[in-house]
Amino acid sequence: MSNISEAMQAAVGTVTGRTTSYPISESDIRKWALAVYWPGQPPAMFIDPAAAAKTVHGGIVAPEEFNPFAWIAPAHEAFIKNAGKLENNNPDNPEIALGMSGPGLKFQLNGGMSVEYGVRMRAGDVITSESSVGEYSEREGRLGLMLFSRGISTWTNQKGEMVKRTTGTLIRY
Amino acid sequence: MTSVGDSIHPYVVTTTVENWNRFAAINDEFIPHSMDDQAAISEGFPSAFGMGNIQWAYLHNMLRTFAGVNGTIMKLEIQFRRPNTKGQTLTAQGKITAVTDGVISLDIWTQDQEGNQLAHGSAVVRPSTWVPA
Repeated sequence: MSNISEAMQAAVGTVTGRTTSYPISESDIRKWALAVYWPGQPPAMFIDPAAAAKTVHGGIVAPEEFNPFAWIAPAHEAFIKNAGKLENNNPDNPEIALGMSGPGLKFQLNGGMSVEYGVRMRAGDVITSESSVGEYSEREGRLGLMLFSRGISTWTNQKGEMVKRTTGTLIRY
Repeated sequence: MTSVGDSIHPYVVTTTVENWNRFAAINDEFIPHSMDDQAAISEGFPSAFGMGNIQWAYLHNMLRTFAGVNGTIMKLEIQFRRPNTKGQTLTAQGKITAVTDGVISLDIWTQDQEGNQLAHGSAVVRPSTWVPA
């Protein structure tokens, strides 16, 4: 029996919201680089302004996968008027955010990601993310019938330049 | 290393909750199955396992080394196949599949110490050190 309801299928393509980040700081970038290279040392271009100034970027830029929306964002505009309240780690969150019932599956995993990069993020940038609903699909897996749902987000900086366009796949079972 | 079939320098890291806790702290990603063995076991896994986002970062680390400080990662996509469980030595690897006008396409993957692929995908990079053959 499919876990993809008619309402879920009809929601594909819906633009769900827009989130704006706080300005990125050099400290945010340093902490990110230290964590993703731990226990090694990150490249100087992420932690040393003098070294970064000698690169084509002319200063510190963030690692491409840096997330300026972690922990808190100052502004979120929800386009779904009847969206429910999200709960930490609730597998139904994608549908709750759309104001509909989720499939009620118990577990969730990150299934994969694809990204196209534009300009780099750097200290002082304010990033805006616009999110939309991608395709749903299903297939049998080792842990039973797996539901694949995709979310698409497009990030731009304060100049309107494209930073990246990401499609993330969530697996639920 | 600019010919089809060449392997690029791998990125190797032993992964434990120490890596995942640091990543959770910067990405606000405190998922029980990455923090607690019992939570992961209740989901059908042998132990706690790392976030997909940190494997994604390790693949970027490898590609940044390959591209150089003035290089560009243009595209990346991966699918996760197996969990990155506690104590594994994870190796991010890449092999060149095409070279066109300074733009290099690669197969990329992560694997454990026994050679099992954990994630697999592809990338497109413009290295800063690229010179025509």
